[in-house]
Amino acid sequence: MSNKNEHTIQDLEELANTVRQDIIEMLVAAGSGHTAGPLGMADVFVALYFSVLNHNPKDPLWEERDRLILSNGHICPVRYAVMARAGYFPIKELKTLRKLGSILQGHPEPKLLPALETTSGPLGSGLGQASGMAYAFLKINKTRQRVYCAMSDGELQSGNTWESAMFAGNNRLHNLTGIIDRNNIQIDGNTEDIMPLEPLRQKFEAFNWHVLEVDGHNMQQIIDACNQAKAIQERPTMIIAHTIPGKGVSFMEDDYKWHGHPPVKVNHPEEPAPKDQAKIALKELRTLGGKIRSEHE
Amino acid sequence: MLNSTAFLSPKTLESDIEQAPTRNGYGEGLVRAGENNEQVVALCADLSESTRSEGFQKKFPERYVQVGVAEQNMATVAAGLALAGKIPFMASYATFSPGRNNEQIRTTIAIGSLNVKIVGAHAGVSVGPDGATHQALEDIGLMRMLPHMSVVYPCDALEARKATEYAALHKGPVYLRFAREKTPLFTTEKTPFQFGKVGVFQEGTDATIIACGPLVHEALLAAHALSSQGISVEVLNCHTIKPLDKEGILASVKKTKAVVTVEEHQVVGGLGSAVAELLAKEFPAPIEFVGMQDRYGESGEPQELLEAFHLTAPWIEKAVQNVMKRA
Repeated sequence: MSNKNEHTIQDLEELANTVRQDIIEMLVAAGSGHTAGPLGMADVFVALYFSVLNHNPKDPLWEERDRLILSNGHICPVRYAVMARAGYFPIKELKTLRKLGSILQGHPEPKLLPALETTSGPLGSGLGQASGMAYAFLKINKTRQRVYCAMSDGELQSGNTWESAMFAGNNRLHNLTGIIDRNNIQIDGNTEDIMPLEPLRQKFEAFNWHVLEVDGHNMQQIIDACNQAKAIQERPTMIIAHTIPGKGVSFMEDDYKWHGHPPVKVNHPEEPAPKDQAKIALKELRTLGGKIRSEHE
Repeated sequence: MLNSTAFLSPKTLESDIEQAPTRNGYGEGLVRAGENNEQVVALCADLSESTRSEGFQKKFPERYVQVGVAEQNMATVAAGLALAGKIPFMASYATFSPGRNNEQIRTTIAIGSLNVKIVGAHAGVSVGPDGATHQALEDIGLMRMLPHMSVVYPCDALEARKATEYAALHKGPVYLRFAREKTPLFTTEKTPFQFGKVGVFQEGTDATIIACGPLVHEALLAAHALSSQGISVEVLNCHTIKPLDKEGILASVKKTKAVVTVEEHQVVGGLGSAVAELLAKEFPAPIEFVGMQDRYGESGEPQELLEAFHLTAPWIEKAVQNVMKRA
C-alpha cells in the first residue's frame, strides 16, 4: 500500500472519503473524542501516507523512514484510520479507540504503537520534537530522512511553538516540513475571535521559514507542496493547509462546536440537529453529500 | 568514625578542605561522556558558562545545541534528538528546567521513557544573592513524581562527575541536580558511586542521618560533633533519591530506629518525603526533617542562608538529639 505510484489522485480522494467514514464509526464506538479536526485532515493524511512519506508499514521502525510527528494529538483518529488503511494494523482495531487496553489511545502513545513516533496531546510541543529529530538527521548524522510535523492552528497560540519555529529557522532545518491545519476553529470558538493568528504566513516568514499555502482538500496541491518543500534549501517549509473542519458532513462543517465532540443520538424533538448524527454523517459521506443518488439503505 | 570503605578524604573534617562546585563535576563528566560515546549531545538555554556546558561545547561543537532562552523548546528538542538515537544532556537552572518546562518533560520525555538527561544547575538556597526566583527548592519533588524518571543529587564535584558519566550509560530519563557554590571535596576517586545505592559514609547505632547533595558534608560534621557527646550516628549519602535504596535505608534504620533527613529542598516532596513514604510502610520510625520548611528562600550570602534556614551542622545535631528523644 505504501507504493506511491500505484495510486491516482482519484484513488486517494476516494480513500480520504473512506477514512472519514472510519473516523465517524470510531468516534461513535468510543463515545468521545474530536470530530471536526480529523475529518478536516483526512486528505492531508492520505496524501502523506499514500504519496509523500518514505515509509514501510511492514517495517514501521525502518531507520531510513521519514518521520511524521503529530503535534495536535487530539486529531489522532485520522492518523489511526489512515495507518490502518496503509496496513500498519488491522482495520477492525479502529473500533477499539479510547478503550482500555487499546493500542489506539485517546492521544497518541508510541509505546503501544511505535510508528506514532511521539507522545503528543498537550499542544505546542510537536514542532520542537520534530526540530530535534530534523537537527539530528541534518546536522549530526547527515542522513536523508525528512521530518514532517502536522499541527493545528489553535496550538500556534502556545509559546513553545514559536520557540521551536525560531530554533528551526535559525538552524536552517530544510529537512523539516510543517503542515498547519488552518481550519480556523478551536474548542472555545473561532481562532480569530479567541486569539487571532493572522497574518500567519508573515509570522512564519519572519521566523525564516519558507511558506506555502494550499487548499487542504485538493490532493494534488497537497502533494505538490510537500514535493516543492523538498527542493527548498536553507529553510524549513511551513505548508498552511486551508481546511474545512468537519469536512464532508454538512452539519459539522465550519462549526467550532464539533471540535471536541463525537456524533451522538439526539433525543429531544426540539433539537435542530439530526437525530442520529452518525448515521446521517455516514450517509452524507457515502453519497458525497447526496450526489450519488442510487444509494439504498 | 568515617567508614573506611567509603574512602573519604582525610581532610573531610578539617576546615581547610579543598572546595569546588558540583556543577564543575558536571562539566568534566559531560566531556568524558562525550569522549566515550559519540551519541552524547549537549543542549543549553543561554547558560553554557554557568551550567559548565561550555567545556563540551568547545570540544564537540557539532554536538552542542544552543536553544536560547527557551527551556520548553529545549525539552522538546532533546526529546527529538533522543528519538533520533542521541543521548541528550539538557542543562539550565533548575528553576527553569525542570521548573518552567515541567509539562514538556512529562509529555515528551518521561511518558515515553526517552533517553534524556535533565540537568538542573543552581539548585538550593545556596545560589545566594540571586534570591528566591533562582533558588530551586521543588525540583526533586517535581522529578521524583514522574514515573520512569531517576533522580540523582551528588554530594561533591567528584561524585558529580561520576554521576554524570553514569547517567550517559543509564538507559532512560535521569534528573541530575547540581549547585552553584563551591562546597567541600570530601570524596575521593576511590569512593564508590553506585546508582540506586546509599553510600554509608559513617557507621553508627543511635540515629541515621540520610542526606543528599553537598549537605552530606554538614551531616558528617554534625555526626562528628555528636560523637564527642557519646552519640553514635550513621550517615548515609543518598545521592540517588529515585529509585530509593530501600534495602540500604531499612538496614540502617532497623539498627538505629531514629532518622534525620537532610536536604537543600522543600521538606515537602523531596528526600525526606521519599524516606517517610518508605518507613511509614516498611518500618515506622520517628523522623526529623532538615530542609526548607515550606517557604521560599531570599537574597543573602550562601553560608548565611544555609544558617538562616537551619540547614547547617549545628541544626542537624539538634535534629538528631530531638529525634532520639522520640525514639
